[in-house]
Amino acid sequence: MAAAYQIAVIGDWESVMGFRALGLDTYPVTSVEEAREKVRELAKTNCAVIYLTEQLAKDMDDVLARYKDELRPAIILIPGREGSLGIGKNNIQRAIERAVGADIL
Amino acid sequence: MANITVSPTRMELTRLKGKLRTAQRGHKLLKDKRDELMKQFLETVREVRALRAEVEEELMTVHKSFTVASALMSSEALEQALVYPKQSVELTMTFQNIMSVNVPIYDFQTQTRSDSDIYPYGFAATSGELDTAVDALGKVFRKMLKLAEIEKSAQLMAEEIEKTRRRVNALEYVMIPNTQEAIRYINMKLDENDRATTIRLMKVKDMILKEAIEEKREADARAVEAFGGKQDPV
Repeated sequence: MAAAYQIAVIGDWESVMGFRALGLDTYPVTSVEEAREKVRELAKTNCAVIYLTEQLAKDMDDVLARYKDELRPAIILIPGREGSLGIGKNNIQRAIERAVGADIL
Repeated sequence: MANITVSPTRMELTRLKGKLRTAQRGHKLLKDKRDELMKQFLETVREVRALRAEVEEELMTVHKSFTVASALMSSEALEQALVYPKQSVELTMTFQNIMSVNVPIYDFQTQTRSDSDIYPYGFAATSGELDTAVDALGKVFRKMLKLAEIEKSAQLMAEEIEKTRRRVNALEYVMIPNTQEAIRYINMKLDENDRATTIRLMKVKDMILKEAIEEKREADARAVEAFGGKQDPV
């Protein structure tokens, strides 16, 4: 079942440039619309993990919800250059609420 | 409310009893599944929280280093330094089955000539901060991949738990009580039918008996008349 997949990083140029040095596929974008398009495009290719900066993710709830229950791609939020917005942590909280029906932790 | 549209027959009763047995068994199994999934899920979530905090903190340090580096170099030079990577990363994905949930397991291979030489640029034209930043990023990347793995697992498990929870509740609060109610209804109806039949039989027996007595009396009366009209002194 093992096959080669790509790892993508989407964000503003300053936040993603470092990942390029590691050999990941980086997609610097300038607008939310562009990021949205990129995620959709990447989901169709053999891309297993997409790292997305929180600055972009905060306006992309619809796209995130769309891929949440799919096995691939996994969209993981990372703090961008401006710092963490707590969205990633919030998402864990939401997952707990969804599973348990209440916030228990 | 019970489903009163069932027809009160013995065949239906047997069918409903079988259905109830299956429902109860399914309920027990699903409940076990939910409990085990929940246990695994909470473990995973704890891990995710810890790891996410770590990754976010480390990434911020990396971003800081990059900011310093970009302050020391022109953005053109920085872009030039990073534009052509020396190594490439390939990801392999396998699956693990946790209580019927397929969760991904990532593994990555870097294709590079040597581990120590990951810098895709010459040292002459770049600042030392860039080296630190790239180095730190390489370290945090392992954790990021682990985070991707367990965070996705947590999301997928949350979905499955939600589904299982709904099923358990539907069985526990709708399906099983409704079936029990229907069984009780059929039982009562059948008992009622039984009683009605008994009473009817008793009534019929009474009527037949009455008729027989009446006939007997008439026959006696006729016999007495034929005998001479004398009343029996007894």
